[in-house]
This record gives sequence, structure tokens and C-alpha cells, in this order.
Amino acid sequence: MSEQSLQIQSAKKVDLQKLLAPAVLVVMYIFFAIFGKNFFSTYTLKTILESAYYTGLMSFGITFVIITGGIDLSIGTNLMCSAVMGGVAYSMWGWPLWLALCLVPLTGLLFGFLNGILVAKAKLPPFIATLGMMLVTQGFGSIISRVQTQRYPTIGTENEWFKTVFYRSGSFPTGALYLLAAFLIAAFVLSKTKFGRYVYAIGSNEEATRLSGVRVDKYKIMAYAICGLFCGFGAILFASTYTTATPGTGNGFETYAIAAVIIGGTSMAGGSGNMVGTLIGIFIMAVLKAGLSSLGLQAHWQTFFTGVVVIGAVLMDNFRVRAAQKVKV
Amino acid sequence: MSQSQEVLANMTGIQKYFPGVHALNDVRFELRAGEVHALVGENGAGKSTLMKVLTGIYQKDGGEIQVMGKPVQISNIKDAQDLGISIVHQELNLLKDLTVAENIFIGREDMNGFLLDKKAQNKRAQDHLDALNINLVATQNVGKMTVAKQQMVEIAKALSYENTRILILDEPTAPLSDIEIEELFTFIRDLRSRGVGIIYISHRMGELKQISDRITVMRDGQYVATVETAQTAMDDIVRMMVGRIIYEQPKTQSMVPEGAPVVLQIKNLCSREVKDVSFELRKGEILGLAGLVGAGRTEVCRLICGADKRDSGEIFVEGKLTSVLTPADAVEAGIGYLSEDRKRFGLCLGLSVANNIALTRLDSFTKGVAIDDRRIKSTALEYKERVDIRTPTVETLVRSLSGGNQQKVVLSKWLVRDCDVLIFDEPTRGIDVGAKNEIYKLMHSLIEQGKSIIMISSEMPELLRMSDRIVVMCEGVKTGELSIEEATQEKIMALAAPQV
Repeated sequence: MSEQSLQIQSAKKVDLQKLLAPAVLVVMYIFFAIFGKNFFSTYTLKTILESAYYTGLMSFGITFVIITGGIDLSIGTNLMCSAVMGGVAYSMWGWPLWLALCLVPLTGLLFGFLNGILVAKAKLPPFIATLGMMLVTQGFGSIISRVQTQRYPTIGTENEWFKTVFYRSGSFPTGALYLLAAFLIAAFVLSKTKFGRYVYAIGSNEEATRLSGVRVDKYKIMAYAICGLFCGFGAILFASTYTTATPGTGNGFETYAIAAVIIGGTSMAGGSGNMVGTLIGIFIMAVLKAGLSSLGLQAHWQTFFTGVVVIGAVLMDNFRVRAAQKVKV
Repeated sequence: MSQSQEVLANMTGIQKYFPGVHALNDVRFELRAGEVHALVGENGAGKSTLMKVLTGIYQKDGGEIQVMGKPVQISNIKDAQDLGISIVHQELNLLKDLTVAENIFIGREDMNGFLLDKKAQNKRAQDHLDALNINLVATQNVGKMTVAKQQMVEIAKALSYENTRILILDEPTAPLSDIEIEELFTFIRDLRSRGVGIIYISHRMGELKQISDRITVMRDGQYVATVETAQTAMDDIVRMMVGRIIYEQPKTQSMVPEGAPVVLQIKNLCSREVKDVSFELRKGEILGLAGLVGAGRTEVCRLICGADKRDSGEIFVEGKLTSVLTPADAVEAGIGYLSEDRKRFGLCLGLSVANNIALTRLDSFTKGVAIDDRRIKSTALEYKERVDIRTPTVETLVRSLSGGNQQKVVLSKWLVRDCDVLIFDEPTRGIDVGAKNEIYKLMHSLIEQGKSIIMISSEMPELLRMSDRIVVMCEGVKTGELSIEEATQEKIMALAAPQV
């Protein structure tokens, strides 16, 4: 086969690959629109959107880490810890709300940065380092709040602007704006900046990247720190959605965030993936959640099917990789 | 000598092709019962390939193998074992957390129903060791033993297959001290007297005289000669090893102008594998680093480019003491390293050609904070043309390119960086003659641009053709420095071979 035709063939294959996840999303939506009860409505669309806020931000953040070939298990508890931190500053220390809200992403950033140091400098395996950090953040939130559930302002209380600015203004889902902004920023950083390019290079071959003169440690720390920062911003959206932040919870969120990333086609082996995929993965998860409940199935069914979808996505990815490796120029 | 005329193995007319390389061409080798038959040749002469054919790791593309007089087909390691052929590789393959007995019988454990019968196995192992006069305890953990003893475990394991009559030892003395070598030799002689045929691969000329009965010399994948050790001078062996037809014209004189400034100087570099190495590199010079595999050449270069941490020693770049602690420091100081193992250390296989090429200096491909992909692409296209990288597009993943083209991508990424000093580690390994010449040409054009090059090579003609000066290393030590005017293959070989 000539080089030209090979190239065209493989280009076509790639296009089909890219279309697979969106196609699944559309098919799922249509399926639930037909069979679900009251699924096909703007109300449900909004529910889908709103359930994606905080998971979405975590997923964007961890996409960077996963592409470097790492993992961050602490994102769920880090998010909750950051939300608790803001609540403590606001209600226990009496800080003005805006200032307390500034503390939230900073908390997320701090723990992400610590993860980065542990992985890049202390050379701990990411799984171990972030597993430890998962417990640290969970415990830290409980300690700082004296195990008190933290309440954020809601409609009808003082500082009710918090709800309208970060969640919903009338019937307009303001939170979606932040999700969109976070997506655009994450996508830009990953695909268009030097840092983003190094993230791919590190995930593809860390040692070759280091020998090319790239300060790999620095960029790995940045990846974990940025992941933490996204968790911190996710914490604000979590607080605006649910109003309360309960210390000692948050573990389990990471599984959904990671699942969304994987469904979006990012390889756990590192070196490949993109933010568009992650965004689609997030919505596949959100549609699944809303759709299953419209069929009258409870939350545990959602858990079950999420697992099925994750395994299916990774299986397909494996087949794709094997097929791709057969193509030699 | 307890040498008999019984032929254990006879290989004739062996052919082996790899993509772009004719690795074995009409090679023959004969092993008799009760002899130590040494197999010698330079790196890349085809010794290992031949042994891999005999042990079923590679399949021959032509020729015949007879074992005990019968033609045989050896398709895998199991076949070889069944025919009584065992090999002890240069790198030991032991499981460090297991005992001697467990290592010897791995995969063939003594069972008692569903359970391991450790007692029986330990006894069997101990009996086996005792029968071989090997002074080891079967229940000891392998990880805590010296390398010499670990090697004996490997040999015991190789001989534990019931009918082993052909034992291949690949550079067995490389990690051993003098006393340990003596012990090994005593053991080998004992085996020989029991009628085992031993194929002995070594670079150490002195040893051959002591231990071998016959010597077969290979060169460039071809059979040269088989001689009786007792009737042959070692100088003749060396001459046979290197005395190929020189198809590449060696340099007759250094091309470095008089008084060219020193661009890189290393002083007393030390690490675990490198012992007190010093040399300097002048502007416009190609400095060849010669030595056998494992001589510490790559290790020295990895210290120079900050890939490994040195224990002591200084690096001067253009006369200034420079603290090169990471590869990033080295690249900033203008030193680039092109690894011999491009897949592990040179390339991001999952990224595109363009992104690999841009990796060494992404800073210069930015517009504000954003990466200027259009400029990366045009630069990549420029190098695709200049270095002749055969790839459908520059967006193609490097993984799908051939070896030679991957090497050209590595070259391009360092050309983009525009380093003043480039270290080429075996730049033409596994590359066909045509691509080799292109790489030589490129190196010369770099020199014309005022760059300087350190070139590690295990191929003598390549060293003599390209270098202005040659530093020779052996076992982590710099053993000599030869100007191109005085350098010959024999002189280099004499400096590179360990003295025993």
C-alpha cells in the first residue's frame, strides 16, 4: 500500500474514533428521551448540566495528571476539604464571604502542590502519594471544622448572591458559565501552552523528555497543582449547588471524575487524551445518571451502569490501541 | 586435554537477516564433547546472534544445525533444552527473593499433590550442587549472594536440565574478581572432563589462552577461522578479529585547526561505573570514544549531560566551570546527548514527528503564552526535507516510523536545539549503510558549522573514519588516547581489552 493511501486510511480511522464518544452521548440521550419518563425536557437538560459542575472541574483537573501518566486519588476529598475550609472561614472565623471564597481554591491548590512535590521530588508512586493525601485532606477538613457541617448562604439568607452568582439566577444556570470557562481554559492550557505540550511528552516518555532538557519535575508539580486548583474551584461550585459541605466525605467523587476522563478517551498509560473527550465523558456520566432515574432506577443502578460504561470504554480503547499498533508505515 | 572427536553440535552455512542487516552470513561452528570452544569477535560481529540461533531465541534463515549428528530444528528455548543446550547469559536472570533451589527448579517445582514439596526440592537441588562440586547451600536466598555465586547458581540451573551437554557461557568473567575467575575456570575444567562441550564467549584475550581449547573468530557476521589455541598467538587472533577489508577510508590526519579552543573539558569524573575519567574536546573536533560494551563510555556521557549524578569531578564548558546537575542544565550549557537507545531515551513514541522535533526548544515556538503550532509544523517540514525523514506527514506518530527514520527524528530535535557540543552514542547502530552515510554527512556538516562532537562507537572503521582523536576506555577507566595519525584497530583493541 502506498504511503498516501495508508495515511488517508489511518486519518479516516482517527476521525471515526473521535466521533465514537459523542455518538454514544447522542445515542444515550435519544434512548432516554424515548424511554425515560419526562426525560425530554429543558428541566432535565438543566439537571444534567447542573450535576456536571463539580465533577466536571475535577475531571478537567485530573486530565492533566492522567496524561502525565500519573493519578490523583485525593481530588474528591481535596474538593470537600476546600469547601469545608471556606465554610469554616466564613461561619466560624467570621470572614467576609468573598474572602472566604478566595481561600477555597487556594486550599485545593495547596494540597495539589503537595501531591506534586511528593510525586516529582520525593519520587513516591502517584497512587501511594495521593492515596495518603486523600486521607490527609479528609482528616484535615474534619479537624479544622471540628467535624461540624459547614453551611453556605442560600436564597433568602444573608449573602444570597452566592447562590445566584455561582448556581442559578432565576431559571438561568449561572454555574454552567463557570463549567464552560473552566473547560475553555483547561483545553487551551492543555493543547496550546508549553506546559500542556510537556504534559503529553512526560506521559509519552518521561526519561526522553528529561534528556531533552525539560525540567520534568517542575512540570509534574505544576500538573498536580493545577489539578488541585481545579478541585478548589470545583469546591465553590459544589458549595453553591448543595449549600452544605460535610467534613469526612468526598471520597468516591474521584471515581466518577476519573471515569469521565477515561470514557473521554484519555489513556491511563499517559501521553494521550484531550479536554473535549473529558467534557463528553462528563456529560455521558451526567446523562446516564439523569436517564436511569427517569427510567425509575435508583442510584445504585447508576453506580452499576457507570462501572459497565467505564469498563466498556477502556476495552474499546484497548482494541483501538492494538489496531493502531498494527499500522506501520 | 580431554578433548574427544565426538561432535556435539555442528552449525553450517547459517544465515540470518534482520531488516536492513545481514547479521549472519554463511557461518559455521563446531563443538566437540569435552572441549572449551571460545567464540570471539568485535561487538556486532554476530557472536550473540549465532548463539541465539543455537538456543532457539532467533530462527535461522538458512543453513543447518546438527546435534549429536542429527539434523535438528530449534524453534524455541524449550527445543534447545530438550536437545541438551543451555545458556548462561551475561546479565543474570535470577529471582533475587527466592532460594537457590527455587531458582534452579523454577517452573519445574517438586509437587506433592497440589502443594509444593520444598523438602524434596531442596534435597534434589543440594544433591545436584554437590554432584557438580559447587559449594552452595540450596536453601540460601540468592539476593544476598555475591555475583560470582549467583553466576554459579545460573550455571547449576543450566546444567540441571537432565541431558545438558552443551553449555554456552556469555562473558562469564565480566563481573568477577581474579580469584573468582580462577574458581570458575577450575569448575569449567571439571565440566570439560565430564564430557560437556562449552562454548565460551569473551573479549578477554588473556583468558582464552588459559581456558579454551579451540577458538573460532567471527567478523561482520561472517566466519573467519577456527584455530587450536595452543598453536596460535593471541596477536593473530586480534588481527583476525579486526582485519576486515577497510571499505571506509580512515581519516589520515586530524581536521581540527591548530590552536582550536577547548569547548568542553571534563576532569576526574567519577561515579559507580566511571573511574576518574578526564578528557577535553576542541572546537570543530570529532572525538571518538572507543571501548567494548560495558567499558563505561555511555556512563561517562550520561554524566556529562546530567542524566546521572556524578560522585565527583568537574565539567568546564568553554573554560568555565559549569555545574551540570540535570539534563536541562546541560542543554542550557549547549550540550546535547543522542542516546543509543532511542526508543527509551530519545523519543516520545506516542507524539507526532513535529512535536518530538520541537521538544528540545519549545520556548522558541511560542507566541505569547500559546504554542505556535504552525511554526512547529513548518520547522518540522524543513527538517523532514533536510534530514530526509521518510514520513507521510509531520503529524504522523513517531511510533509508526522505521528505526532509521526514528533516528533522523532524534537528530532533528537536537539540530533544532543548536547545541555546540553533541554527544552521539552509537549513532549508526542498527541502521543500514545508506542511512549510515547520511548520518556521517550530517555530522560533518555540523563540524563545518563550528560544532563539536563526541562519538561513542563500537565499530572500529567508523571510529577511524570519523574521529580526529580517539579516547579508549576499559572497565570504567580511560586506558589511552590516540591521535588519528597513530590510531590503528590493533592499538585500539589492545587498549580496550581488559588485561587479565
